[in-house]
Amino acid sequence: MTEAALHPPARPRSLWSDAWSRLKANRAAYWSGMFLLGMIIACLIGPFFTGHAFNTIYQDYVRVPPSLSPYPKPDMIGSALADAMRRARVTMEQWQEDKGAVIVAVTAAQPIDERITRYLDRSSTFEIMMRIVDVLYSLPFVFFVIMLVVFFGRHFLLMFLGIAAVLWLDMARIVRGQTLSIKRQEYVQAAEALGVDSTGILLRHVIPNLLGPVVIYATLLVPQVIILESFLSYFGLGVQEPMSSWGVLIAQGKNNIPAANWLLIFPSLFLTSTLFALNFIGDGLRDALDPRDR
Amino acid sequence: MLGYVIRRLLTAIPTLFLIVTISFFLIRIAPGGPFNQERGLNPMVKANLERLYRLDEPLWQQYLHYLGDLLQGNLGPSYNLPDFTVADLFRVGLPVSMELGSMALIFALVAGGALGIVAALYQNRAGDYAVVALATAGSTVPNFVVAPLYQLVFALTLNLVPVAGWGSGSFANMIGPVLTLALPQLAVVARLMRGSMIEALRSHHVRTARALGLSDATVVLKHALRGAVLPIVSYAGPAAANLLTGSIIVESIFAIPGIGRYFIEAALNRDYTLVMGTVVVIAVFIIVFNLLVDLLYAALDPRVRYD
Repeated sequence: MTEAALHPPARPRSLWSDAWSRLKANRAAYWSGMFLLGMIIACLIGPFFTGHAFNTIYQDYVRVPPSLSPYPKPDMIGSALADAMRRARVTMEQWQEDKGAVIVAVTAAQPIDERITRYLDRSSTFEIMMRIVDVLYSLPFVFFVIMLVVFFGRHFLLMFLGIAAVLWLDMARIVRGQTLSIKRQEYVQAAEALGVDSTGILLRHVIPNLLGPVVIYATLLVPQVIILESFLSYFGLGVQEPMSSWGVLIAQGKNNIPAANWLLIFPSLFLTSTLFALNFIGDGLRDALDPRDR
Repeated sequence: MLGYVIRRLLTAIPTLFLIVTISFFLIRIAPGGPFNQERGLNPMVKANLERLYRLDEPLWQQYLHYLGDLLQGNLGPSYNLPDFTVADLFRVGLPVSMELGSMALIFALVAGGALGIVAALYQNRAGDYAVVALATAGSTVPNFVVAPLYQLVFALTLNLVPVAGWGSGSFANMIGPVLTLALPQLAVVARLMRGSMIEALRSHHVRTARALGLSDATVVLKHALRGAVLPIVSYAGPAAANLLTGSIIVESIFAIPGIGRYFIEAALNRDYTLVMGTVVVIAVFIIVFNLLVDLLYAALDPRVRYD
């Protein structure tokens, strides 16, 4: 046997496998991921095990605080923790929608961005684009969202489209900046010199290198979208009865602080811990995917 | 410098014009109107009201009227608060929002800046980790969670402060809203300051100052801080515009008579003039503060010159 067969060359490590091992080594991100997974599972299948529908009201136990002794007073779990859990399922479903919205934002951003880069040389066009961005940034963000909600009615699918329609601005800026810096790299010049056409350069060099920042920003965008959804729901502009979300629960809990403070505490706890977990994962991803930035 | 200021103010005019135009037509295309209530007004009363407020004219005429009024500084009457003009509402509400906002801004800048410096000086030690943890919490926990929890703990359980209300700006009433408003901004300021201070402490001019035997306090506060404060200055502009024009959430939770709450109410009631007034006020704040930031930047950083 030859030497080479005995020691096969180590497989080259790709950016993604590298990033994955770095992410796993990051304890905060790792446990946040586990926590989120647990949260998703609890919210998706938890409601089937409590034996109560989330919208059943037990008139005799309206103000009973939560406790851990479930039977023979099953309504106690019906009161807060399990209630938050069951309702969280709705939030989880929306959460998928949020992700959908983020993906819409990403996909919407990219073609527009390519256009920006292509027109960048013609400075008058660029000047006009920047004026438009100026105007959009001076328009109060909340006004925009509220107007979209007013337009689209209060259907939550449309609401997410509305949110995405606003949030693509930042994504477009980030992708644009990245594209500009990638365009000037030596390997792109080398590819150009070798005669690769611009579609090839875009597919082989620009987009793969864009994916990292886009993934990072998208992860950090999810908590923002959740906060925005909760904010709108808090004011009754988002998810409508009988559906519910953590924002709705917090708003209702706030109105019941003196009588039943657990109605505020549990949804707040769920929302905040989820947001924390998402942020840690986002930070972990940034460290994992962008080793220069450490 | 003066020429630059004038040029910037002139370019603000088309921006403002576009904002007014976009928001005017946006809110007008939205279904419903200010007098479409659930019970329904007597059609004749409604027609009279619409004639009174010129709502029966074609849209372009209303738009021109609105622009004309706006140029004379007239924001029009409020449709849903019929005894008040939009200017009246702002005259009462804006000072409240601005007082609250400026307190929150000062607190966020001073406390956030101080925490950032501490974190940078004790990098990777306990103090640093505490500041980073606070910054993470501040930017993660949304203010509609912070505010009710503050009320629950400090007002209802410990009875230290009033639950809500303005109390004509008494200190006890201010603590909660100011903290809630300031916390997310404080988090960002602390994080920015930490980053730029760490960089500044490594720079050559700071090393030179140390070599000259200057005291630690002088080195940090006089030589490192001047460069490190620049990113915070550019962040403070939009943050100030944001804070001074009132927060919808904080003002509604703490029942504060500022202008933040008008925004959602007015949009939902199709109170056209009030919505437009709020948009104009906020846009003017954003434009003015961005200009102020650029000027301040030039004053702090001699490499930046405007001519």
